[in-house]
Amino acid sequence: MPNLRPFVWHYGRQIGTLLGLIVLSTVLWILSPHFLTVSNLINVAQQTAINAVIAAGMTYVIITAGIDLSVGSVLALSGVVLGSALRAGIPLPMAILVALVVGFSCGLVNGLLITRGGLPPFIATLGMMSVARGAALMYTGGRPISGFSESFRVLAIEEFLHIPSPVWIMLAVYLLGHLVLTRTKLGRYAYAIGGNEQAALLSGVNTKWYKTLVYGLSGMLSGLAAVILTARLNSAQPIAGIMYELDAIAATVIGGTSLMGGEGRVVGTLVGALIMGVLRNGLNLLGVSSFLQQIVIGSVIIVAVLIDMALKRQK
Amino acid sequence: MDRVLSKINMQSPTILTLRGIRKTYPGVVALEDVDFDLRKGEVHILLGENGAGKSTLVKILSGACRRTSGRIYLDEAETDIKSPKHAQDLGIRVIYQELNLVPYLSVADNLFLGREPSLLPGILDQSAINESAQRLLAALGLDIDPRTAVGTLGIAEQQMVEIAKALSSDARIIMMDEPTSALTESEIRQLFATIRTLKQKGVSIIYISHRLEETFEIGDRVSVLRDGKLIATHPISDVTQSELIRLMVDRELKEQFPKQKARLGEEVLRVEGLTRNGAFSDVSFSLHRGEVLGIAGLMGSGRTQLARVLFGVDRADRGVILVRGERHEIDSVRTAIKLKMGFVTEDRKTEGLILNLSVKDNICLPSLARFSTLGVMRASKEQQAALGYVKQLAIKTPGLRQRVVLLSGGNQQKVVLGKWLCSNAEILILDEPTRGIDVGAKVEIYEWINRLTFEGAAILMISSELPEILGMSDRILVMRHGTIAGEFRASEATQERILEAALGSYAQP
Repeated sequence: MPNLRPFVWHYGRQIGTLLGLIVLSTVLWILSPHFLTVSNLINVAQQTAINAVIAAGMTYVIITAGIDLSVGSVLALSGVVLGSALRAGIPLPMAILVALVVGFSCGLVNGLLITRGGLPPFIATLGMMSVARGAALMYTGGRPISGFSESFRVLAIEEFLHIPSPVWIMLAVYLLGHLVLTRTKLGRYAYAIGGNEQAALLSGVNTKWYKTLVYGLSGMLSGLAAVILTARLNSAQPIAGIMYELDAIAATVIGGTSLMGGEGRVVGTLVGALIMGVLRNGLNLLGVSSFLQQIVIGSVIIVAVLIDMALKRQK
Repeated sequence: MDRVLSKINMQSPTILTLRGIRKTYPGVVALEDVDFDLRKGEVHILLGENGAGKSTLVKILSGACRRTSGRIYLDEAETDIKSPKHAQDLGIRVIYQELNLVPYLSVADNLFLGREPSLLPGILDQSAINESAQRLLAALGLDIDPRTAVGTLGIAEQQMVEIAKALSSDARIIMMDEPTSALTESEIRQLFATIRTLKQKGVSIIYISHRLEETFEIGDRVSVLRDGKLIATHPISDVTQSELIRLMVDRELKEQFPKQKARLGEEVLRVEGLTRNGAFSDVSFSLHRGEVLGIAGLMGSGRTQLARVLFGVDRADRGVILVRGERHEIDSVRTAIKLKMGFVTEDRKTEGLILNLSVKDNICLPSLARFSTLGVMRASKEQQAALGYVKQLAIKTPGLRQRVVLLSGGNQQKVVLGKWLCSNAEILILDEPTRGIDVGAKVEIYEWINRLTFEGAAILMISSELPEILGMSDRILVMRHGTIAGEFRASEATQERILEAALGSYAQP
């Protein structure tokens, strides 16, 4: 029998979230015969993918004790740039790269405003939220861009081992996100900056550079989410992604990452995003009105964090 | 004139009496068997080194903390000061070093904050507020427009407003904790004039200061605290400056200092005319391999700011830093670390450690470049190195993954030291290296200082504990008001001489 103690010690909080997901799924399985079917579960995963990809970047930002409110708007801007690039006949890989670069650049601007301009992350990204949205609307004149070639659309529907590509993208992002967070300098410094920025600085960590990079990463993942969304809708919309920042923050927090910074894991966020996806899906299957759904989801976020805080106090 | 006044005070009635006051914190006796009395209309100076118990005494009188035992009499009636609010009701007020005024409100609004005269419930009577404020300020002889925003006033004027505020709530006892530390010479004159007005009104003042010259200028009586005990109380006219210094420091060296002198090697650090405006100016010294250079001085004398500039946290405005004979611009902490410098900060919890991270992560933080390839960590190398330092330093921890927040103060400090050993630092700046750790851990830190100097490291040790400075240094610099006020070889230094340099002589202007 392998020694599980270090694993439990490190991932205790995330195991708790996973148990929450299992309990929730069991309840839905009992209540609805349609919930626990392969096609429905794949559907849930596919619907979760966009929020989950954004939330991975959000987790990095929140671990550094920051926040990124601009992710939804950056998604919209990256999306319309991607759309127009495709319409202009730019090859698909290039167009995707352009979307990622647009997202990354917006994130870099956030990071520079925070580290060089000295703005609080809340304010810098709040400003970017409005600026990027406005830019997306101006760029398109407020109209969606559509009519892409078939080769782009298969990106959203193509399956490998019966699992659609957005789910594979999500899994790749989380695998990579986990490795970077646990095995690289960037990851270690993210925890150090969020835990005690002053001490990190006095230990020779280039805090400004790494913080900027983390916001850049968050922007880039918004760009990636834009690729998935645009392919799925077969249309790039300047009003896409409204309120996505709140879903991403919710997934991160449900997953056990503290808004105070310095702790958290991306696997927790993945489970958090799945809890939100399963909840939405289950409530739809049960025919719960969309108004009531909002109340339920809001309550779940609050209860999850209350439990988390109670557990921490016990420690 | 002052002499006459103080003669009168000698016969004034006693308004506050303390008998057998004792205050303990877990493991520490902060005050022991303190007897103290305060007469009506006197300025009673409290003297003592850092940590002698002055602040604790003020806290007990202001209700910020409760005494462990002992009696307090106010106007000869036994009283229990339960809370800051209760102390205010009894007429006891403190003027803190950090002022507690709202900068955007006017002087008048600040004076009556929380007890504003009103026309109707909830509707302010602004003209009454302004008029009462005007009267209050005039009574103190202050020429301040009550409608000015407090934030636009100088520090001294803000202090006057605090004093006026205390008076307006019928304060009879005003405590001032180093009121002149941030004031210019002319502002000090202004403050002293106000204090004299207060005396004439029969207000009693407990005045804490490090500056001996002020003691003789403004005080009526002086009490000296040392190691939590009240050593003596004298009328100011009966004592001399050197007697006061002796009273403050006279004690046996109880702690063990296992100092071993290492052989001095070549010069590794040289500082010439280093200046950071507003912090310190024209600081020059040199540091050799194998040497412990102690830096003594009062809090706020510029020692920590000097360390921060040397370590690249802050920039110097003028001056030259030579490391191993070469001139360097230390423009960031990273540069300093590359030059093999290390900085054990004064406050390990806010600056030294990332409390939520593990022992291993903290030890390796400055050295990750060594433990990674293209940004990817090499976990086993890192683990091995951290384990080595945990063993060498005898850090008591259940494992490398233990979060440092769960370690004791002494073990936390060893983790900070381990950080810089791991980064191969050869020039170590230690700022209050043994603050808040137990005696056993202190000795272990001292033994490490010995060991490091034997291995050729150079150590700059800032400390407010004179026995530590005397016990561990090869050479001692004393800083005062941001300049080097004295330099001693260990053999010629005494507590009295260091303190004299740190405080400044009364005879000098």
